[in-house]
This record gives sequence, C-alpha cells and structure tokens, in this order.
Amino acid sequence: MRYVAGGRAIFDGLSLDFPRGRVSAVMGPSGTGKTTLLRLITGQIAADSGSVRVDGTEVGALDRPGLYALRRRMGMLFQNGALLTDIDVFENVAFPLREHTRLPERLVRQLVLTKLQAVGLRGAAELMPAELSGGMARRVALARAIVMDPQILIYDEPFVGLDPISMGVILRLIRRLNDALGLTSIVVSHDVHEIGSVADVIYLLSGGKVVAHGGPQELRSNPSEIVRQFVGGLADGPVPFHYPAPDYFTELLARDGEASA
Amino acid sequence: MIGELWASLLESLARLGDTVRFLLRILAQVPRALGRLQLIVDQVFNAGALSLVIIMLSGLFVGMVLGLQGFQLLERFGSEEALGTAAAIGLVKELGPVVTALLFAGRAGTALASEIGLMRATDQLSAMEMMAVDPVRRVVVPRFLGGVIAMPLLAAIFSLIGIYGAQLVGVQFMHVDSGSFWSQMQSSVDLRDVNEGIVKSCVFGVACSLIAVYEGYHSAPTAEGVGAATTRTVVTSAVIVLFLDYLITAFFIK
Repeated sequence: MRYVAGGRAIFDGLSLDFPRGRVSAVMGPSGTGKTTLLRLITGQIAADSGSVRVDGTEVGALDRPGLYALRRRMGMLFQNGALLTDIDVFENVAFPLREHTRLPERLVRQLVLTKLQAVGLRGAAELMPAELSGGMARRVALARAIVMDPQILIYDEPFVGLDPISMGVILRLIRRLNDALGLTSIVVSHDVHEIGSVADVIYLLSGGKVVAHGGPQELRSNPSEIVRQFVGGLADGPVPFHYPAPDYFTELLARDGEASA
Repeated sequence: MIGELWASLLESLARLGDTVRFLLRILAQVPRALGRLQLIVDQVFNAGALSLVIIMLSGLFVGMVLGLQGFQLLERFGSEEALGTAAAIGLVKELGPVVTALLFAGRAGTALASEIGLMRATDQLSAMEMMAVDPVRRVVVPRFLGGVIAMPLLAAIFSLIGIYGAQLVGVQFMHVDSGSFWSQMQSSVDLRDVNEGIVKSCVFGVACSLIAVYEGYHSAPTAEGVGAATTRTVVTSAVIVLFLDYLITAFFIK
C-alpha cells in the first residue's frame, strides 16, 4: 500500500496484518505516519495505491453510507479523548446510542452505566468533560467507544501525557476489554515498555515501511540497528537526532541572509 | 499585479463554489435533521435569544438617531408629520435587516464559527465521523437552521424597537403630532415594503449562517486557524450582506 501526502510518500510498500481477537500494536518514531495509518484503516483518507481491507471489505471503495456502516463496527479512542464538550459524561457515552438507535431511556441508562462501570467512572456520570483529568477523559472516551459493542477497537496514542497510575489503568483496560468482549484491538503508541506488556503482535514502522514485527520478546531480541535504537531509546542511530540542515559551522559563521545562499 | 488579481479572483470563485457545494450538502441533510427538533430549538435559542439584548439596544438607538435626523431633515420642508413614514420605511426595508445581519454576524456568526472550529481542532468532529455520525447533520445543520430561523425574527424585533425609538424622539421630544405620526405611517407603508424587509432578512439569515458554519467547519485545526475563521466570518458576512442588499433593493424597485 502506498500513500503520498504533500509530495512525500508517507507509506511506500507498507504491508501489515492485524489478527482477529488479538491486541496488535503499531509503533514507530514520531512522524512515521502512525496516525495516518489509522486514518487509512478507518477510511478518513484513501490510499493512493494498494488496498486497505477491514474484515474483507475494501475500505477505499466504500461510499459514505458504506463507510458509516463499517465504522459502526469500529470504536476509536482519540489521543485526547475528543469528548463533546457541551454535554456531560453520561450523555457523551450515550451519544452513539441516541444517534443510531431508538432504545427506551431505561435501556440507554443501563447500557451507559455498565460501560462507565467497566472503566470505573460510574460516579463521574454527571461531570462535564472540562472537569475531568486527562486519564479520566480517556476512560470516558473508551466507554463511549465500546457502547455500541464494536468488533474492532482502535487506540490512537492512548498513553500520551498520562501519569503512571492512569497509564496502568488504561493498559489493563485494553487487555481486559479485548479478552472480555472478543475484540480486535489496534494500539498506536511509542511507549515501548507499556505496550510490550499488553500487545500480542508489534509492528515497528520507520520510513514508510515495517522494519520489524513479532511478539514483544522477539522485538526485544531483534538485532537490527533501528529496532535497538527505538527499543533502547538511543538519541542517535538510523533515525538521526538532527533534522536535515546545512553545515553547522557555515551557518553559524554566515552573516544574516547568507545562510540560505 | 494583474496576475495576482486574477489569482485572487480565481480563489474567491473557487471559495464561492465550495460554499455553494457545502450549502447543497447541508440542504440534503435538512429533512433528517428536522427529525431532531430539540437540537434546532436549542440553536434558535443560541443564535436568537442570546442576541436579543444587543439587537434591542441597537434598534432603539438606531431608531432614535433616525427620529432625530429625520426630524431635522423633514422640518426644512415643513413636513414633520411624515417622520413616522420615513422611520418605518427606513427601518423595515433597510436598516432593520441590514444592521441586524451585521450585528448577527458579529454576535452569533462568530460564536458559531469558533464553536465549530474548536470542535474541529479538538477532534470532536472526527470523533463523530468515527461514530458514524455525520457532523454536518448533527452539528452544522441545526446551527444553520437556527440562524436562518432567528434572523427574520431578530430583524422584526429590531424594526419594532427602532420605530418605538423614532417615536420616542419625534413625538415625545420634538413634539411631532402623535396622531399624524402613526396615521401617516399606517397609510403609506405598503405590504410591499414589509415584504422587501422580510425577503432581505431571510436571505441575509441564510448567507450569514452559511458563512459562519462554512468558515468554522473548514477552519484549520489550530488556534490561529479558528481565529482566522472567526475574522473571515465577520468580514465576508458584512461584504456579502451589503452586496445582496443592493441586489434585492434593485430587484424590488424594478
């Protein structure tokens, strides 16, 4: 599969496979297009060539209604939760139900409360999103993502900016929800150790390609330089520390306006 | 120089076309959005009721100025009794719809644009997309309809208060005869004049609401992007309203 944005090929010859019923992780340095990959899977953007298939359906070929039908079987957790800020926690979780179903209020209430209970936030049902901490907002968003009982659950950087406790909570939730609900989970992250503890399969992306994949143990013992740089958190390696720039001395010694000449 | 002008003209045209396409997309979703009346009522409240104070205050002052200026002018011809007619026609046909639309763009239009822009910037619109909810139907259409419904009502209130303001200055302060003020107004303001005002405020309602939701929906998902969208909402609305005002006026005179 190939995807070009702004004249730069984000992915070129990328090929991955997310097994059903497992937790798969996609990792890679910032800017490798992990989030772009999610947008391709969910049909928010289309690949320039190649194919993106979800459960046998070619995502790029779907029209809007088809895409929406597919998305009803997916849940997605956004980086910052993306809760609707004008309604409270309860209504946020109830939102997909109210939009897609005409269930009686009692049933909506029960569904929402069970999902909130699952993420441990039943007591926060009446708070507004602005009153939640980052970790809580993400758990509410998780409850909202599972309220329609999806088959696939996608997490976009679920650990960014969380304290260790919230991170542990989210990690356990990812594993528990996956096993209890029989989901297929895809987690995009660059937190090597955290994700290593829950993922069944890990893909490491770099330069628009899969550079390594396998279980957490396999990845740790992978001898390739890029994997060692990423897993070990080394500043320099195949992924350079410096953004491409002209020669350091020339630029420092140049007079104003000459640097770019 | 000419090349630049040409390029900016082309860009404006492309923008106009894009806006019209957005309008069509909105209109296609209107029937389904009508099924959720509460959402629209909320937006009529947001766009309309919350603009009431500024509309009423401005209406009063515009009416009072009109009363004063009109009196000064008409006094020269010894026809102060025509003040009622002059104020009513000026307000109903022209000032009511136009000033309301300008105030609406500043009060409700900016609120709409920045609200939708911030929803875009905080991924709320993408989240809706991912929940298979069309953000145009759920977010944009109710706000658009709310504005379209609110504008003629606000313009009517503006004109009403404005006439009261003109009466206040003309009759109470300048001692124009109250009977002739009202009876002249009654006899010389035609239904056609009122219709012109109604048509204008409806068209302005569509234009201002459309510009606000379009700018908000298409704003860049950053702080600057939302700011720029808000600014463009006011500027574009003002220019478009005055341009359309001329067109409709010319159409009614013909």
